[in-house]
Amino acid sequence: MTSRRAFLRSAGIAAGALLAPRIVGAQDRARVVVVGGGFAGATCARELRRLNPALSVTLVETNPDFIACPFSNEVIAGLRDLSQQRFGYDAVTRDGVALARGTATSIDPAGRTVTLADGTRLPFDRLVLAPGIDINWEALPGYSPEAAERMPHAWKAGAQTALLRRQLEAMDDGGVVVMSAPPNPFRCPPGPYERASLIAYYLKTRKPKSKLILLDAKDAFSKQRLFQNAWAALYPGLIEWVGLSAGGKVTAVEPASLTFVTDFARHGAAVANVIAPQKAARIAAIAGVADRSGWCPVNPATFESTLQPGIHVIGDAAIMGAMPKSAFAANAQAKVCATAVIARLAGHDAPEPRLINTCYSLVAPDYGISVAGVYRPTNGQLADIAGAGGTSPLDADAAFRAQEAVLAAGWFRTITAEVFG
Amino acid sequence: MGHALVNVPASVKRGDAFEIKALIAHPMETGFRPGPNGVLLPRNIIQRFTCTYNGVEVFSLTLSPAIAANPYIAFFTVATESGSLTLRWTGDKDFMAEETVPITVTA
Ligand SMILES: Cc1cc2nc3c(=O)[nH]c(=O)nc-3n(C[C@H](O)[C@H](O)[C@H](O)COP(=O)(O)OP(=O)(O)OC[C@H]3O[C@@H](n4cnc5c(N)ncnc54)[C@H](O)[C@@H]3O)c2cc1C
Repeated sequence: MTSRRAFLRSAGIAAGALLAPRIVGAQDRARVVVVGGGFAGATCARELRRLNPALSVTLVETNPDFIACPFSNEVIAGLRDLSQQRFGYDAVTRDGVALARGTATSIDPAGRTVTLADGTRLPFDRLVLAPGIDINWEALPGYSPEAAERMPHAWKAGAQTALLRRQLEAMDDGGVVVMSAPPNPFRCPPGPYERASLIAYYLKTRKPKSKLILLDAKDAFSKQRLFQNAWAALYPGLIEWVGLSAGGKVTAVEPASLTFVTDFARHGAAVANVIAPQKAARIAAIAGVADRSGWCPVNPATFESTLQPGIHVIGDAAIMGAMPKSAFAANAQAKVCATAVIARLAGHDAPEPRLINTCYSLVAPDYGISVAGVYRPTNGQLADIAGAGGTSPLDADAAFRAQEAVLAAGWFRTITAEVFG
Repeated sequence: MGHALVNVPASVKRGDAFEIKALIAHPMETGFRPGPNGVLLPRNIIQRFTCTYNGVEVFSLTLSPAIAANPYIAFFTVATESGSLTLRWTGDKDFMAEETVPITVTA
């Protein structure tokens, strides 16, 4: 390890010296700390080392392994094993990223130090925060970490995913599954509807007398017509979607009786999945980069916090304008951020980025749909470039849908290989 | 006819204040937005909401174009005697919706 890192460092300086003498100097030994080893953070840490092998990059991550959310809805529906969602950090460290296992508990922006739960102090010249989301427990009366043991959110993959799957398996045929979807913004806008689809697939094949009710705090959602057409074709009468204007907004939950409360009705469930309101993970507020919305405003070209200079925020935690909170987006933002961090360390301006996002969703194992967009900074926000993206056609045949399901699986293999392989 | 949701308690104690919640599906088109062809979409809003309790008006509201689609209205009134509560929405294009709910007042 050490000799390899030393080799990379000298190789980096040599290459830098030949190509651009001005980048040699203090900033080559600059220290960048990245908090959070998910799609955003792990990508950014590796990209920083790739762009400048002389940089000291430390990745702080709580968990020994990463458990990916994309495709976790297939795990819930019994179509896939949770172990297929697990990825390690060996390849990340092989790139010369120092891994600090632990939880960042405080950040001193002025003193430029991150402190971990075990007391370790990590000084930085620039900090990248990529901590993902936390459930916003205060935003839903009755919901709490204890309540989530009875009414799982399963919006962070792992034990919650396995719990929801076990509950579905244990449910009697004829039991009603009730799900709730939160108001915008939240992680993975098409995710609740993909989950409803795949649970419906499970019910149709294994519990044909059961039904699913999806209570929604919104009247419109991602790929809505594609989803609703597919539900009518594949699961007629099985999924009941209740939008905001039909009284779908959940105002409280009662875990003892697995009940969802709205302003107009009470819905008892045999299995209750609460996709609760969310906010940037805790460390963002501690660092002073989250605003009153609970999310982190950033410069749309560099992802530097507008509240704390020198700290960049990427992935789900950040306010990215029109760009959705997805693993694909987190990965794209991470690369732009790495370029910007290196430019800023060298005292340069970062180039104006273009970012792409594609979100695949499975409506059934052999039925995929997608939405794509291209984004660029406009008036201080990432805005959608009109006409550059789009969704799957509404009138495609079965072979086309099957092909998109294959592409979805290919996308997951590719991105996880790039980030963790 | 519009589609409305109403929530009032089935029974209330005499003299107690209770909450009435009502939600109606309606586009509340402002009249200021151009449509896909560049021409302004005609205004289509709910103009007035009234609530009567045994025929006596207890609450009313004039709605404006700035109010978002699917208006949600919540307010309190005081129970005096058993009877029925009638909620009524009227607006552009002869829009009209009405819901009546019974209320039992206990001593
Ligand atoms: C059911 C579901 C399906 C989805 N499907 C898709 C899909 O098909 N395609 C897609 O593109 N996206 C999908 N997503 C969205 C995707 O999972 C997220 O957008 C993505 O994980 C965001 O990446 P991130 O790096 O911001 O956060 P994360 O991936 O959550 O990573 C954050 C990391 O930070 C760590 N961390 C947090 N705080 C600290 C701290 N204080 N100290 C140390 N470590 C910390 C966490 O342990 C975690 O490892 C889905 C999400 C869900 C819930």
